[in-house]
Amino acid sequence: MVRLETWLGTHNVSRASLHSPIPARLRQQLWPQERKLERNRLLMKLKNYRGLMALLVVLALVAAACGSSDSDGDSDGSTNGGPPAVCASDAFGCVEVASGDPIKIGSLLVTTGPNSSLGLDSQYGIEMALDYADGTFDDTNITIQGHDVVLVPEDDGCSAEGGTAGANKLAADTQIVAVIGTSCSSAALGTADKILGDKGVTLISPSNTSPALTAEATRNPFYFRTAHNDTLQGAAVAEFAYNFEGVKTAATIHDGSPYAEGLANAFAASFEALGGTITSQDAIQVGDTDFSGVLASIQAESPELLYFPIFVGEGSLLVQQAKTTLGDSVVLTGSDGLWSDDFYAAAGDGVFLSGPDVSAFAGDAALYKDIFLPRYAEKYGSEPLSAFHAHAWDAANIVLGAIEKVAVDSGGTLYIPRSGLRDAIAATSGYTGITGTLSCNGNGDCQPSATIAVFEIVGGKQAADPVFSVVKSLE
Amino acid sequence: MTTQSAAGSRYRLFLERFPVRRFVLVLLALVIAYGGAAGSIATLRAGRFSGEVWANLFISGVARGSVYAIIALGYTLVYGILFIINFAHGEVFMAGAFTAYFVAVGLASKGMLESNPIISIGILFVVSSLVSMGVAILLERIAYRPLRGAPRLVPLITAIGASLFLQYTFRGFYGANARAYPTIPAIQGTWEIGSFPVQKVHLISILGAVALWLVLFWIVERTRVGREMRAVGEDREIAALMGVDVDRTIVFTFGIGGALAGAAGILYVFLFNQVIFTMGFFPGLKAFTAAVLGGIGSITGAALGGLILGILETVGPNLFLDGAGVPSPNQLIPIVAFGILVLVLIFLPGGFLGAPDDKSRA
Repeated sequence: MVRLETWLGTHNVSRASLHSPIPARLRQQLWPQERKLERNRLLMKLKNYRGLMALLVVLALVAAACGSSDSDGDSDGSTNGGPPAVCASDAFGCVEVASGDPIKIGSLLVTTGPNSSLGLDSQYGIEMALDYADGTFDDTNITIQGHDVVLVPEDDGCSAEGGTAGANKLAADTQIVAVIGTSCSSAALGTADKILGDKGVTLISPSNTSPALTAEATRNPFYFRTAHNDTLQGAAVAEFAYNFEGVKTAATIHDGSPYAEGLANAFAASFEALGGTITSQDAIQVGDTDFSGVLASIQAESPELLYFPIFVGEGSLLVQQAKTTLGDSVVLTGSDGLWSDDFYAAAGDGVFLSGPDVSAFAGDAALYKDIFLPRYAEKYGSEPLSAFHAHAWDAANIVLGAIEKVAVDSGGTLYIPRSGLRDAIAATSGYTGITGTLSCNGNGDCQPSATIAVFEIVGGKQAADPVFSVVKSLE
Repeated sequence: MTTQSAAGSRYRLFLERFPVRRFVLVLLALVIAYGGAAGSIATLRAGRFSGEVWANLFISGVARGSVYAIIALGYTLVYGILFIINFAHGEVFMAGAFTAYFVAVGLASKGMLESNPIISIGILFVVSSLVSMGVAILLERIAYRPLRGAPRLVPLITAIGASLFLQYTFRGFYGANARAYPTIPAIQGTWEIGSFPVQKVHLISILGAVALWLVLFWIVERTRVGREMRAVGEDREIAALMGVDVDRTIVFTFGIGGALAGAAGILYVFLFNQVIFTMGFFPGLKAFTAAVLGGIGSITGAALGGLILGILETVGPNLFLDGAGVPSPNQLIPIVAFGILVLVLIFLPGGFLGAPDDKSRA
């Protein structure tokens, strides 16, 4: 290897410190004049920056002056109405929408990268809900008390980092009333739900399914979801494996994300409760491409079924390698994180995927089949990309309903109390959406029961009709 | 009295001379080596894996390592001549494989992949190598040549910037989705060697890598331009005085490195048939590791380093960690691979085949 000095280059490094074997601090103790020299050097440096610092101070003063004049202007504007009493009593205050300003709803969905079909599908669902809330599709959003409703989309990157970045961006905008997202549980758990919850912004997810998000110990009071809880899906897949496929041994793989780990564990618990044996519970790394090691380890226990509720990037490669390593006799089953054309093309036939039963949503079937789906195809030019457009539609409608319920107009300015909005969403009961009849429980789960189905991939596509379907309810 | 103080001073002398840091490092190395050995013995005792499984893991490790080795050649060539680390090399690799994807889709739609597999594979190799070569040469021209006299750190930062630039440029060109490469039926399935089935793609990757390595070795050691490359690496100014066109030689070096990366890209998609704009990052990083492990600047070293890293990654976790009772050992692939790298560099700072003291050249 190269020696450090040559690697860094010798410019800007003082000759004395480079060649002297004695460390700087010791040198200064031994020879006080060195310390003086060092101090002088620092002073000289500061002097060089004196002009710049003075400029910065002036700028800061100007900025402060501007800031205060801004807030003066605000209080002048609201004198003709004044905020209603509910804003003073609300722990997080109100969102104030001045007359002529739009009501902003944020979205935090994965819209780029290998999982983008999951997030885009949800975003389309939200856009269509905002459009149809007035009863017609006309490419203009609903207005609430004279204010337009606009969607502010952000990307959750399907990761904790992406969720944090997007949530910070949305939380910084005090005009955001509520956020619909995230797509992936990892983007919400402990990151987006906390960042937005700390500001009193309600987060309602169309596709998070990790049990931890609505578990007593880990949930955020401002978090809700219209997607099913994965304790339901895990139990449904276990029934598919044990009762329908008739296998007695199974292995699981997760990728360390809350979604995959939660689902793998829920499946394992239910499968063992049914009487089956879990031979191994393994994990891979996001970004890996070669799974021969983990597959060899699984093969050593020869399970009859492999359950891998992971995402598209790794799932496509895993399933190809599993087919050659494990052979045809092992049943390969994934979940809704893999619902994507890219995966169907890569995985090939004979792979099973579980997820919400899009063929039998328990809600307003006429609305979904006759109005929603044709419009989706017309507007976005394709079949639905994933399953959660329906959940996103329901989430958007619940948010819109809650805003209409709690918004107070005062002198042309619309006031939306933050905790009040949260409470209105939490009080949702017996709302008939596309996905079913939604009622939010105390933990933020708004989908009390779900029809979970298992579909087979046939001819490079997911078959329209499921091979197995079961209704599961939260206790 | 006198003997006592003499003993005391000798003791003090020993304390002063005692190489504490080296002692700690060696101790650490021994602990890791002991842990690895104990884990391996426990794994083999438990007998969860048959010999066939180990052989399969080993072969897939060699196949994966061959791809690392070919990418690592690009790092090592450029380092041997310019003494800079071209961190954008992983993206050069991605550029070729990703562009060839569209050619492969075209060939698949015409049925060429089934009817004429050899011609189509040839076309893919040529397309991928040419694209990667072009990107590498542009990279040299735009990002590195203007900085040729600058301190070492400057081209390093530029390389990282170029790497991100290329990644997101190709994301702009081809989109952000992972795309499945069309399969080539002729190279699916297995060949029997003796009575042992080996996956065709593994064997093709290994043989392809050996062929590419031999070609490179021949170019560097036996041709005029190879001699010029070595001369420029030895001393750029003297080489110029002797009539070597230094600029042309450096462009040629980047070109060869790029072409190799493009070919490695096709071997890579044989193994893992999926492309995405970020696909170059990890293989690039691992190939760089392989180059360091083998001794950067050495062509044989790069190949050796790649193979060792590939085998460690597939065999390592199951061998070292499974028996030790570590849950989900394959999640810890990078720890095993990079732990061994650290271990090797403690004892052989120049890598396996690197010059023991790089001072004379650097």
